[in-house]
Amino acid sequence: MAQCYHCGDPCDDKEIKHKDKSFCCQGCATVFDILHESDLSYYYDLESTPGISPGEVDGKFDFLDNESIAEKLLEFHDGDIKIVSFLIPSIHCSSCIWVLENLQKLNAGVRTSQVDFPKKTVRITYASEEVSLKELVTLLARLGYEPYISLENADQKKKQVNRTLIYQLGIAGFAFGNVMFLSFPEYFQVEEFWLDRFKHLFRWLMFAYSVPVVFYSAKDYFISAYKGLRSKILNIDVPIALGILVLFLRSTLEIVMDWGTGFFDSLTGLVFFLLVGKFFQQKTYSYLSFERDYKSYFPIAITRIKEDHSEEQVPIYEVLPGDRLLVRNKELLPVDAILLKGDALIDYSFVTGEAVPVHKDSGDKLFAGGRQEGGIIEVQAMKGVEQSYLTQLWSNEVFSTNKQHLFQSLTDRISKNFTIGVLSLAFLATLFWLVVDPSKAFQVFTAVLIVACPCAIALASPFTLGNLLRIFGKQQLYLKESYIIEQMAQVDTVVFDKTGTITTHQKSKIIYEGIPLTEEESAVLTSSLRASNHPLSRALYDLLNKNNITTLDSFEEVTGKGILATHKNRQLKIGAASFVEAQKESLEETNETSVYVSSNDGYKGRYVFQNTYRKGLMEVFQELGKDKKLVILSGDNDGERERLQMILPKHAVMLFEQKPDDKLQYIKNLQKSGKKVMMVGDGLNDAGALAQSDVGIVISENVNVFSPACDGILDASRFQNLTDFFQISKKGMKIIKWSFVLSLIYNLIGLSFAVSGNLSPVVAAILMPLSSISIVVFTTVATYFIGKKLAKKETL
Amino acid sequence: MTIIYMLLAISVTVAVLFFIVFIISVKKGQYDDTYTPSVRMLFEDEVIKEVSTDKPQTKNDNQ
Repeated sequence: MAQCYHCGDPCDDKEIKHKDKSFCCQGCATVFDILHESDLSYYYDLESTPGISPGEVDGKFDFLDNESIAEKLLEFHDGDIKIVSFLIPSIHCSSCIWVLENLQKLNAGVRTSQVDFPKKTVRITYASEEVSLKELVTLLARLGYEPYISLENADQKKKQVNRTLIYQLGIAGFAFGNVMFLSFPEYFQVEEFWLDRFKHLFRWLMFAYSVPVVFYSAKDYFISAYKGLRSKILNIDVPIALGILVLFLRSTLEIVMDWGTGFFDSLTGLVFFLLVGKFFQQKTYSYLSFERDYKSYFPIAITRIKEDHSEEQVPIYEVLPGDRLLVRNKELLPVDAILLKGDALIDYSFVTGEAVPVHKDSGDKLFAGGRQEGGIIEVQAMKGVEQSYLTQLWSNEVFSTNKQHLFQSLTDRISKNFTIGVLSLAFLATLFWLVVDPSKAFQVFTAVLIVACPCAIALASPFTLGNLLRIFGKQQLYLKESYIIEQMAQVDTVVFDKTGTITTHQKSKIIYEGIPLTEEESAVLTSSLRASNHPLSRALYDLLNKNNITTLDSFEEVTGKGILATHKNRQLKIGAASFVEAQKESLEETNETSVYVSSNDGYKGRYVFQNTYRKGLMEVFQELGKDKKLVILSGDNDGERERLQMILPKHAVMLFEQKPDDKLQYIKNLQKSGKKVMMVGDGLNDAGALAQSDVGIVISENVNVFSPACDGILDASRFQNLTDFFQISKKGMKIIKWSFVLSLIYNLIGLSFAVSGNLSPVVAAILMPLSSISIVVFTTVATYFIGKKLAKKETL
Repeated sequence: MTIIYMLLAISVTVAVLFFIVFIISVKKGQYDDTYTPSVRMLFEDEVIKEVSTDKPQTKNDNQ
């Protein structure tokens, strides 16, 4: 089969031959033409089939004609020159970068454009006299690079990029290198004339380098230790801050009193290594957002019908109760409203979890977040955006609490005992020396605190979890922060949403029950389905044999009921049970989604739509069921209960028709009974449960499009790996524990030097980096093997 | 041996100079996107090559 020259999709039956190239659709061919005419064919030389098939554009960006909306998107404007940044989820290869940075060849109004690939954004400077914002967005959309514009864009404040850690790391590294260099002569303690003359200068230089390290680079440790002490928690930063402080004070005292060279080398090295660990742990997926709420799902503007029946585009926040709004096909309803006019077929799958779009009659209430599938409808707003049924969920306090603060990590638990141990050892040793040799007591006291500084312990967890975070990322589970891995290891209850989470969005399975259709009947059936716009018709049409399309004599679609089609003297009724009017006994109203068919008023049978469950679902359930409690929490009806029962282990709980708030409460109750809960969901209706749970994972078929706020995003194709992730997180915890043992051994060696009063700067300068480095090596190697094992399993 | 004062002064100056350059580069956002520039730097050459072999007459227009 031919491959589309532009996007690489298979061309199926509707291949378009254009300039000796094959295209899968007219859209792709058009993009090729645009690029070809503007001398941008190099796009196709950089990578093969780099393109994205463009979607529908007409009328979609009309709202950008409204000056006040367009204004909100701008990053900067100075007279004629404007700068705007767009998030473009479809950026994926170097060809994309190239074509988006050559926009000026396509439109002279564009001055410069710059792509940030990891963030998938493009920043465009343009002259508004020559090209309007709408023209610009339309151009991008025509090329297949449709910007993602949502309500969130209207709210965004100037985001200040936080580069503090890079500065801190830079300063610590700079000071570390220079201090090492300056302290080198004194390591060998040779009595030498010139060394004696210059050593004071060298020492004061080292002191000068150390000051910014202690007071700027390490300041977060002091702040964190202070905060911990204030709330009576001995976190890992307490002994670290103590160690840094003692190192600095003792070293300063030593050079002031001319006792020795001090430990500036160990001090700067320690801070540097600690910051490297922190840097390593930072999140790495800058293009994924884990903080999204309904704002990034909702549109920025909507069409309002004015009193004089003219249309205008208004920002969503300006929609007032009572306003008449126009919602087009595939548009999202931003507020709760009453349907006034039109054929409403609302897809609530993302909001409530109902798998099948529901039909509404005029006068019915529509909820915000539903997506219209079909023609244009007219509605009357009942509430403002923030008071709507769905958006109110976000006023729950769970969205404003920071989960990480509540979590006590393994490191925190160990550090408590560690700190108490070290402090008592320091006092005991001091007491001993006060009796034996008081002149050494101060030295021993400080030495214990210095050498016991748990640098290695503090590094074990960032490096292990940081590495695992990357391994997970390679397996397409993208976690927000590394501490989530530690929480994953403790999970004992896993709650699943149904629609979109354990079922796939596409590919419904259809089963036919009844008397087989004749050839003529199936021809009429496919022909009439072809003409219908109802989602079920389209889904059914896609799965039926399409070879025998005939011309229908008459075709009538009764809104919300079904289709009446005639061909010669054959009349077919397709649709809801009540519409088809077949024998009562075969038509028990079930919750299963089905399409009934009758021919010349005789009932033939029905097509039953079944959810398709994700690949490997049963294995995942069986495996997880061994040591975890499983719950299905669905917003849909219980039509699939029996099928689920067969897949699930016996002890699993199933709850249906759960509202978003019910889900949140259910999780809360589980946690109250001491469970560690992981929520696996996908839609806005799971948002509360995801935020409440200990670990909230979102399943996404395309990680670049919207997903609600969560702790991690799992690519749907890796659903069957869920059990592996649990196992790895547990192994990760084991690695951390072993690292603790290792670093304790180093600490014991160091302490034996310190307690006996023999800690010289050179010993400290060797021991401290050595322990840190060996921890880093150990965790890296151990996690590398875990990752390799997983990759191997993947290929099998 | 007093030369060491001068050497030290030079070494510190050079170090601090580099350090300032580092701070400026971070401030200008050089570390915000560490991937795209690595791709971008490979573009220019190929474009010129392609233009010069296919349509030498447009070469001046594009530069």
